[in-house]
Amino acid sequence: MPAIAVDSLYKVFGKGARGAVSQLESGVPRDQLSAKNVTAAVIDHNWAIEPGEIFVVMGLSGSGKSTLIRMLNGLIKPTSGTILIGGVDLGSLSARELRRLRREKISMVFQHFALLPHRTVVENVAFGLEIKGMNKTDRLERAREAVELAGLSGHEDKLPAQLSGGMKQRVGLARALAADTEILLMDEAFSALDPLIRQEMQDQLLDLQSKLAKTIVFITHDLNEAMRIGDRIAICDGQVKQIGTAEEILLHPADDYVAEFTADVDRSRVLTAEAVMEPCGTRDTSEFQRVESDVPVNELYEPVLNSKAPLLVVDDNSDPLGVVTPRSIIKSLSSEHETDAAATDAEASDGTSSDGKAVDNAAEGERQPA
Amino acid sequence: MIEYLSNWLWTYIWKPLPDMPFGEWMETFIRWARDAWATGFDAVDTGLEFLYANLADGLLWLPSGVMVLLFAAVAWAAKGWKLGVGIGLGMFVVAWTPYWEETMQTLSMVLVSAAIAILLAIPLGIAAAENKAVSAVARPVLDFMQTLPAFVYLIPVVMLFSVGVVPGIIATIIFAMPPGVRLTELGLRQVDREVVEAGQAFGASPARILVRIKLPLALPTIMAGLNQVIMLALSMVVIAGLVGGGGLGSVISGSLGRLDIAAGFNAGLAVVLLAILLDRVTQGLSDRTPVARAAKLAR
Repeated sequence: MPAIAVDSLYKVFGKGARGAVSQLESGVPRDQLSAKNVTAAVIDHNWAIEPGEIFVVMGLSGSGKSTLIRMLNGLIKPTSGTILIGGVDLGSLSARELRRLRREKISMVFQHFALLPHRTVVENVAFGLEIKGMNKTDRLERAREAVELAGLSGHEDKLPAQLSGGMKQRVGLARALAADTEILLMDEAFSALDPLIRQEMQDQLLDLQSKLAKTIVFITHDLNEAMRIGDRIAICDGQVKQIGTAEEILLHPADDYVAEFTADVDRSRVLTAEAVMEPCGTRDTSEFQRVESDVPVNELYEPVLNSKAPLLVVDDNSDPLGVVTPRSIIKSLSSEHETDAAATDAEASDGTSSDGKAVDNAAEGERQPA
Repeated sequence: MIEYLSNWLWTYIWKPLPDMPFGEWMETFIRWARDAWATGFDAVDTGLEFLYANLADGLLWLPSGVMVLLFAAVAWAAKGWKLGVGIGLGMFVVAWTPYWEETMQTLSMVLVSAAIAILLAIPLGIAAAENKAVSAVARPVLDFMQTLPAFVYLIPVVMLFSVGVVPGIIATIIFAMPPGVRLTELGLRQVDREVVEAGQAFGASPARILVRIKLPLALPTIMAGLNQVIMLALSMVVIAGLVGGGGLGSVISGSLGRLDIAAGFNAGLAVVLLAILLDRVTQGLSDRTPVARAAKLAR
């Protein structure tokens, strides 16, 4: 059973939301709805997340990603559609049952940390447990464990005001971990942090995930971040534009919109040896240096330069799959080559929609400052 | 029909405009209320008189010199030794005027009326913050309460409770309450939305979010409201001297009648020093709320 499943999920804000949904269902684009004061935030989402997966929802501001994550724990009610959390339909729950579900199944990490300024780190971390009704000694003990897990040892009794942004978010993360829920919602959790700290936090999240195997829904506007941590990525702009692994999205963008995004992604980190290799043909490969198929390209530079022969890409059983040469690496890293699929896509749709271009430009304009 | 309409327009819109008896309506209502709810007013009268008399007796039980030291100690505890020394000096000056007894009476009136005003204001402020309809109704009523000239309160209140301390206290409660309600509402509405959301996301009930998140975070603002309530109460209590409220107000209105500059200045000085005491001590307390202390750490 999927940990989270959504089915024809819509959220439209404003009066006349219902009517707007039926218009959207019949294919009217969201900027051409007849009701003037409605905003379609989430349009026809259909996807499911398996337990233990990191699912990243990526989109620009206004793409409905914050709304989406708040619907998953019932903070915002969908206009239509269903959300199943571990098979339970959120729409069928009373307010009390919903609170109970949040206490036991879902916790959340916030962009601006959302800590209580007058409570110490452990007291903040123990907040979820306090709501669960755990007694003080037990919850402080559990909180201390979570504090350690999040790498905050030694800061237990400080107040949030005494911590840096990265530290504060560790408190937010520890608070969510202490609640010990299967599902973790992370709303732009690292977006307010400095780039270096952000990378550190991403690594730590992956490290924790390898131990804890939570189901994580991670919201971000940064595709590099999405590709770094996501098992699967959903690129959203109201609708879901594409869902897939980092590699799938990079190599086969579904449309212009997605291709635009992938243009400035650090491809060498996402693409693996398997994705850049060429067929080995009939050459004698016995002398070639071997690399695993899932090694990222940026770890191939040195070996490929240091060996005169190409590298041999092998699978788990050491069977050869293909070869990597400097040429194949350079070819794979140039995005021109990779967006072939998108280019043909674009040509096909060029005549029909002048809209697509406008969206691209908007996307680009918005991405510049970031 | 048209004729009726034109007549109506002529009478009520075109000149000369007739006088409408708003004041008379109010008077009729007050007179009716006095008879209809007499037992209620009597009970309130007895209750407030009891509170006031006991508090005033308590404050006057110890000699003034000892009380001065007590006030200094309170200020010290609320803020620090500097304020303690300052307040001690100020209260000594009050004790050296001929009006120590009146000052303590005024302080008792302020404390009783401000305490009641706050007990009413905070729940009302919470209701207004949580419910838009309550807020929409409360706002004009609060405007009315705050801007109606203070003297005007005294007339109906005297009619309902006769002359003495109690009408002064009632008028003070009405006059001093609005900032308490407003700042409670404001403080609660200003609480960071994301923090409230965090409470919801972890499954806290609305009551728990109010008690564990919103109220602690709003407390510095609520305390600022409390400070305002107390300062307004002091200003009104002095005016209440006009209706036999006792305390410094009576001294001041008496000296106004006799053009007695000396008595007026003595009493005025006592009011100012009392105001400083109340203001600094409540401010000191509001700096001691956990959230205010945490905010200080950030700087």
